[in-house]
Amino acid sequence: MALQVLLVEDSPGDVRLTREAFRDTNLAVDLHVAMDGIEAMAFLRREGEHKAAPRPDIILLDLNLPRMDGREVLAHIKEDPSLKMIPTVILTTSDAEADIVKSYQLQANCYLSKPVQLDAFESLVRSINEFWMTRVKLPQRESAAVASPVGGKP
Amino acid sequence: MQPEVLLVEDNPGDVRLTREAFRESEVTARLHVVTDGLEAVRFLKHEGAYAAAPRPDLILLDLNLPRLDGREVLGRIKLDADLKSIPTVVLTTSSAEVDIAKSYELQANCCLVKPSAFQALVCLVRSLDELWLKNARPLHRAGG
Repeated sequence: MALQVLLVEDSPGDVRLTREAFRDTNLAVDLHVAMDGIEAMAFLRREGEHKAAPRPDIILLDLNLPRMDGREVLAHIKEDPSLKMIPTVILTTSDAEADIVKSYQLQANCYLSKPVQLDAFESLVRSINEFWMTRVKLPQRESAAVASPVGGKP
Repeated sequence: MQPEVLLVEDNPGDVRLTREAFRESEVTARLHVVTDGLEAVRFLKHEGAYAAAPRPDLILLDLNLPRLDGREVLGRIKLDADLKSIPTVVLTTSSAEVDIAKSYELQANCCLVKPSAFQALVCLVRSLDELWLKNARPLHRAGG
């Protein structure tokens, strides 16, 4: 099974760039995209239209998201015993000290600032791919689908 | 100012190989080595002989350590308000799922399997440097 990556990103441009950067590598990656925090949580909890969603091997998470902020998504992930082991890499335009500190407090696995320039951004995605997708031993995905809790949390 | 990397590794052969890999890779980081879990905690808490030890920008942690097991060290790092933000990479010789799962449960930033071939180790060091010391925030202290 290909590597399952959940990208939580509201900028369509950045989504496209990330998709293309992953396509350029030789790795088999299934890139799933959630464009706001609510959709991200629904995907992770396999709720509604995401009932059959695979569990991601890794999450790339922007902080500034509509509907539910990325900081809140991170907190939910790391508080949930069934989700907290999924490596969650913050990939955001914010370079604010407060955001960096808060993200690590919430146990983000890594914090990366998105460069503005295109080639720097592509280079960063390649680095993410090289390190996180090929070198890191990711935690094993559960073999059977686990039903998400009824009456899902916000 | 050089980035500081703390290697927590008890096997002298692996320590030597890692030192050589750092040299060969030409990464600018300064490598500190402690050889058991208790020394690791002392280093990080600036205790005793480590009063002037620098705060690492990256910790490379073996799991199987004498005196204080690596899992215990990891747990202490990630429960400490001051230390938890230091990227801590578990370097394991086995790809035993139980070790990997445990590491992530204890909030290791990530797990890597120690390669046996030297050149592969050099490549790994460069990869660690690229992601953790050049790209990841917080960057090592700049200037001075």
